[in-house]
Amino acid sequence: MSTDTKKVLFGPVIDNNPIALQVLGVCSALAVTSSLQNALVMTVAVMLVTGFSNLFISLIRNQIPSSVRIIVQMAIIASLVIVVDQVLKAFSYQLSKELSVFIGLIITNCIVMGRAEAFAMKEKPGVSFLDGIGNGLGYGAVLIVVAFFRELFGFGTLFGMEVFTLVQNGGWYQGNGLLVLPFSSFFIIGLIIWAIRQYKPEQVEKD
Amino acid sequence: MSDTKKKETFAGTIGFVFIVCLVCAALVSISAVSLKPLQTANKLLDKQTKILETAGLLKAAGKDIVATYNKRVDAKMIDLATGKVIEGDVNTFEERADARDSAKSFKPENDIASLNRVAKNAVVYLVKDEQGKVTTIVLPIVGSGLWNLMYGFVGLESDMNTVKSVIYSDHSETPGLGAEVLNPKWKALWPGKKMFDEQKNVAIKIVKGGAKPGDVHGVDGLSGATLTSNGVENTLRFWLGEEGYGPFITNYRAGGLN
Repeated sequence: MSTDTKKVLFGPVIDNNPIALQVLGVCSALAVTSSLQNALVMTVAVMLVTGFSNLFISLIRNQIPSSVRIIVQMAIIASLVIVVDQVLKAFSYQLSKELSVFIGLIITNCIVMGRAEAFAMKEKPGVSFLDGIGNGLGYGAVLIVVAFFRELFGFGTLFGMEVFTLVQNGGWYQGNGLLVLPFSSFFIIGLIIWAIRQYKPEQVEKD
Repeated sequence: MSDTKKKETFAGTIGFVFIVCLVCAALVSISAVSLKPLQTANKLLDKQTKILETAGLLKAAGKDIVATYNKRVDAKMIDLATGKVIEGDVNTFEERADARDSAKSFKPENDIASLNRVAKNAVVYLVKDEQGKVTTIVLPIVGSGLWNLMYGFVGLESDMNTVKSVIYSDHSETPGLGAEVLNPKWKALWPGKKMFDEQKNVAIKIVKGGAKPGDVHGVDGLSGATLTSNGVENTLRFWLGEEGYGPFITNYRAGGLN
């Protein structure tokens, strides 16, 4: 893999993270991070949607009339999201029951549109596709870290497997009620941003 | 954007948008239509699994959900008002779909489960043992929880009073609090409870802070989820009451389904 490809694909994980640096897609990061399984499925779904929407938009970027470009991007993104939702319903009914609302809301996830507008409208299809996958990865990395802490300390489980036995199941661990609720992700995302900026001080905004 | 860009014309823009829409619509339609059979099968399997779980047959069924269901479960459509079995397609019936149709639904006088409208018909599931004798009656229930409607099943033994189980299949309660309706520990509190008192009135209740030992009508409330617990109690009181399965239960007690 050339360094350029690597940068496009893995850059968004730390250097240019969509949640931590671009501050996009925070809303869905709050909602789907109550368990690792949900976070993982959401990651894959967003990765596929961002990747393919970037690919298709980049393919027709020279034909899109600029007066209606946002609507055209939306139409493509929305179609892809519906396809992902349908596939999930067909192959993993349990998960789709839990995630259906959030899958639908990928349409409004700013990362997808942000990358389409900022990257795919200018660059070639191949590299646009990688950029989409990369940003999905960056989004997913944050999601999975948040979900890890929320599931472990909120429910005492990881991927639904018991790690700490909860008091209500006869064990010793009192689940953290705060982490069960979506807004607790704000704290964890805040801490992640702090950690990344300690490691990469150049990301700190100038006053 | 590129320099070689053509001059935009009104017709060109409309044409382009039209083509994009056409392609997108085709993509969505193809995926929806081609995946439909799988999705329907999944939905049915999920429902059958829940019904078997309510009847306590899930372990025995193992992987043969469909075969066990077909062998042991007999679905019947009933008219709620009279409690009599009627003709109807039990497979396509959906309570909430009928409830939206004013010709097929009624407005309950005492709407404690906050349903607004309730379908006039219902499908009940008679679960038989190996010898073909009905041992469990599974009744679908729906009622408001804290955030939204909660869908589930209640299983009664053939005396139409002793609880076999209360299983929720679909809800949007808070994870860790209201969503504990799915906790096996809480579900295990239900078997053996009595829904009705000596006078045949609905007596089941959810007790905040815990039911007294030996209380056959009381079930512990879910801690941190009072509104969900109230929702469960009201849902049961509604569906077991006169505007719910009451007439059907009376008929059944009087000698089966005639």
